[in-house]
Amino acid sequence: MKATVLVRPKQGILDPQGQAVESSLRQLGFSVSEARIGRVVDIEVDAADPAKARAEVERMCEQLLANPLIESYEIELSEESG
Amino acid sequence: MTSPQPRIGVLQFPGACDDRDALWALSALDAEAIFVWHSETELPDLDAVVLPGGFSYGDYLRCGAIARFAPAMAAVEEFAARGGLVLGICNGFQILCEAGLLPGVLRRNESVSFVCRDVPLVVERADTPFTTRCTDGQQLTIPVKHGEGCWYADDDLLDELESRRQVVLRYAEPVNGSQSDVAGVVNESGNVMGLMPHPEHAVDPLLGSADGALILASLVEAARERALAFV
Repeated sequence: MKATVLVRPKQGILDPQGQAVESSLRQLGFSVSEARIGRVVDIEVDAADPAKARAEVERMCEQLLANPLIESYEIELSEESG
Repeated sequence: MTSPQPRIGVLQFPGACDDRDALWALSALDAEAIFVWHSETELPDLDAVVLPGGFSYGDYLRCGAIARFAPAMAAVEEFAARGGLVLGICNGFQILCEAGLLPGVLRRNESVSFVCRDVPLVVERADTPFTTRCTDGQQLTIPVKHGEGCWYADDDLLDELESRRQVVLRYAEPVNGSQSDVAGVVNESGNVMGLMPHPEHAVDPLLGSADGALILASLVEAARERALAFV
């Protein structure tokens, strides 16, 4: 199974990288009020069962992929691989 | 046999760069300092452990996030749980936070720039094993060099830490956007400390300041007391 993990800075957490990008976008003439930067992790999970795969990816997020103090995460699963 | 010198282990991760400075400074302050390789599953007989600065395992993902799973870190966690003295400097601080041994997390500097300069610090507590050579309110000058030193804890956690007096060092001027200007914290039981400034780079007046020696000499002294107590 293919899993896509979206890791984002939590609401209310200052995101200096996002602020820098936001000001660059403004300088380019785009009208934006906020930009926040997270991270995408694409993972091929060996489990075939979606529930098992999701549980496995959740454990990955808790242990390593996200720091719960500052980041939230979302998991998307899809059957197709590669 | 009684060793007159306390034995302090300096953890070596791939990507560490301040391990030799830490070893040198501790030795100069009369400790027997030895390296401990990251893949060791057990620590040798030690009176204290130092996690040095650098970029462990390339610091991919988040600073310290991968290093915290090094085999030697499991041994450090056990050592700390038994009350052993652990000091994390810069990347070492980041690793201790990621490992949950210290509260909070170190994030990208508010300026998004790397900061590398001497900074003024205020000693909030001189009664920890890491600050006994200092006095309350003393100002120290110690260099920082980091891109991810902005310490963060949410308001509830910060209130708890302040009420338990776990903030040991504070920047005396804005440096990286740290919450409440926190530069160094201890754990609740007071045997694990982390700080972003580099005391090992400030142990001789030739380097611009010898104030870092106050921190490291406090650690050496506390480690010596423990070495003698356990003989």
